[in-house]
Amino acid sequence: MARLQEHEGKALFKIAKMPIPQGAVAKTPAEARQIAEKIGKPVVIKVQIWAGGRGKAGGVKFADTPEEAEKIAALLLGATIKGYLVEKVLVEEKLSIDKEYYAGIIVNAQADARCPVVMFSTEGGMDIESVPQDKIALMNVDVIRGFKIYDALNLANKVKVPSAHITQVARLMVGLYETFKNYGARLIEINPMVVTKDGKVLASDCRITIDDSSVIRHPELGIKVARESGTPPTELDKIAWWVEEKDLRGTCYFAEMNNHIQGECFGTIGYHGMGGGGAMLGVDGLNKQGLRVPDFADTSGNPPASKVYRAVKLVFSQPGIDGYMLGGFMAANQEQWHHAHGVVKALREELPKRPGFPVMLLLAGNKEKESLEILREGTKDLNARIRIYGGERVYDTVGLAAEMKEMVLEYKKERKG
Amino acid sequence: MAILLTKSTKVVVQGITGREGSMRAKFMRRMGTNVVAGVTPGRGGEEVDGIPVYNTVKDAVKNHGLFDVSVTFIPGTGLKDAVMEALDADIKWIVMPVERVPLYDILEMVAYGKQKGAMLLGPGSIGVNTPGIGALGWLGGSVEFANKHFVPGHVGVISRSGGQSGTLPYVIAQAGFGVSTVLHVGTEPVTGMSFSDVLPLFQEDPDTDVMAIFGEMGGSHEEEAAQLVKSGKFTKPIIIYVSGAWAPAGMKFSHASAIVERGSGSTQDKITRLREAGIIVVDNPNEIPGRLKELKEQGKLRVK
Repeated sequence: MARLQEHEGKALFKIAKMPIPQGAVAKTPAEARQIAEKIGKPVVIKVQIWAGGRGKAGGVKFADTPEEAEKIAALLLGATIKGYLVEKVLVEEKLSIDKEYYAGIIVNAQADARCPVVMFSTEGGMDIESVPQDKIALMNVDVIRGFKIYDALNLANKVKVPSAHITQVARLMVGLYETFKNYGARLIEINPMVVTKDGKVLASDCRITIDDSSVIRHPELGIKVARESGTPPTELDKIAWWVEEKDLRGTCYFAEMNNHIQGECFGTIGYHGMGGGGAMLGVDGLNKQGLRVPDFADTSGNPPASKVYRAVKLVFSQPGIDGYMLGGFMAANQEQWHHAHGVVKALREELPKRPGFPVMLLLAGNKEKESLEILREGTKDLNARIRIYGGERVYDTVGLAAEMKEMVLEYKKERKG
Repeated sequence: MAILLTKSTKVVVQGITGREGSMRAKFMRRMGTNVVAGVTPGRGGEEVDGIPVYNTVKDAVKNHGLFDVSVTFIPGTGLKDAVMEALDADIKWIVMPVERVPLYDILEMVAYGKQKGAMLLGPGSIGVNTPGIGALGWLGGSVEFANKHFVPGHVGVISRSGGQSGTLPYVIAQAGFGVSTVLHVGTEPVTGMSFSDVLPLFQEDPDTDVMAIFGEMGGSHEEEAAQLVKSGKFTKPIIIYVSGAWAPAGMKFSHASAIVERGSGSTQDKITRLREAGIIVVDNPNEIPGRLKELKEQGKLRVK
């Protein structure tokens, strides 16, 4: 996941010469104490996790003394907040807040825009979506022209930022845009941008998501899995990313997900789709038959057999699956024999460990006949429930899922008996 | 569709000596496309399948005159410069079968293309196929597959999924119909052409009677298409499927564009807006052939 934690984002702000509160990251309570001593005044201690709303979840605390900072850090480090294990806290000077502003940049992909949008509001410190539209100043940026200091001043002026600190606010916005551009961000926010009682303007908190395809240009960010997701990467997600990173031919996507069935759940299917759009069709079909899908794997864009093989191995490495489905719900443009070879190799390793295991293989499109032959020949001696289909069933999500359910019920009964 | 591709459309392939570039250049040529030259820096003077290779686009233009189209087979991080090179050589129609392009690069090349008055298809688009005329990119896969399953006819096809842009013509042919032009808009988070840029081309195309579209959650292609229909700028019948109804919010799938964020771009919301505009929305793409038959019976779709 290419989302940065607060302290990582602030490190980028520092490079852009944007004012941030004095502070540092602590991994132990003793470090937290040392940082607080160095700061020499009351501090705030913030857990470093990906989730927003840390304050309400008890992840942001204040301390008047270094001793107190150490105690609080001891409570927070190792705790689980919003499902995340806290491994680091950021210890910063406590700001005396006069006002809280908001600045953010997103990409507008709509046909009439296709550009970054800079947003600024004097209503900071809360979720920007809850701020009324008329309180937000917006500007679509022409990337060839760039974002200038007077653009920032005009945005701030529009929502009546006082002259006393308008230039500081504008400089922060320009720094934010530079960071957005230089690091290939998809989203970047300062929230809140704090105006202190002594008239300084600082980036007090930040949220940065780096565009997945830009991560490759920034090894210094140390992003392990360049994939957006609502949750931190699991061990399997990390292995899948390793597969992807090592070989850029085609795509091997894998992510574990929370897939719940409404009503009775008849089994869990390790799912391996092909080509995003079609791959989604398969999950829909399985869900409708009461079959849960714990992962979304997808190999597409003409990957080599080795990559397909690794994807199948990942799908099979999930505990508790009652079946495997290769959901090729598309007449592919790519030559399908690479898939056939990769799948056969993995099945020949996995199926001997699982007698009677339900396997549904749907493969259609370019070199279909040859590919189905490879699947049939390569699996005919295996002791498993294997069904192989081609183009005539390419959109039969319902029928194939129903067959899958039948096989799963038989298999489960057999294993019980 | 003559608007996008004719037998005489002059094509240059950037990155022609690479694995994808050389294979797909041969494919395009065998599909009937007029591939005149290729470009790979450092490989000038060589040939790929009889196509001369030049070091720069400018050099190719010097030898062959202006090009109508460039198809770029360039790794994602190098795409921006290649596209700008093509734009500076006055190429007005660029097809980009390239994934993993840094987002800011996409924004820059799209802005530059707009300034130059060019059409940029993709990035992440596998291209265009007009049966009987030719292909740009690799839509159609292999000559054997494309010739068998991409039957000339009167259904225009647009897809946000590369795989589905091959599948819709396949099921349309099985149902006894054919396709006018098939086009994949691309899978990257921002693309140079959206449904609403492409539909007007199909509106003007005399070979297209109706549209079959494969949509997806996330982004705003479907909403914009609905708006176009509502405003009366597109008047031919549209049948659309939108995938991803089950997808958990906040999860991004293998298609960079298939992102469900903050409730906007959700499949349900798209379906509602499309239906409001009078567009035929199907629950499963296997319902498309049946809907085409209905349109034929209503006299809205020619078979041959």
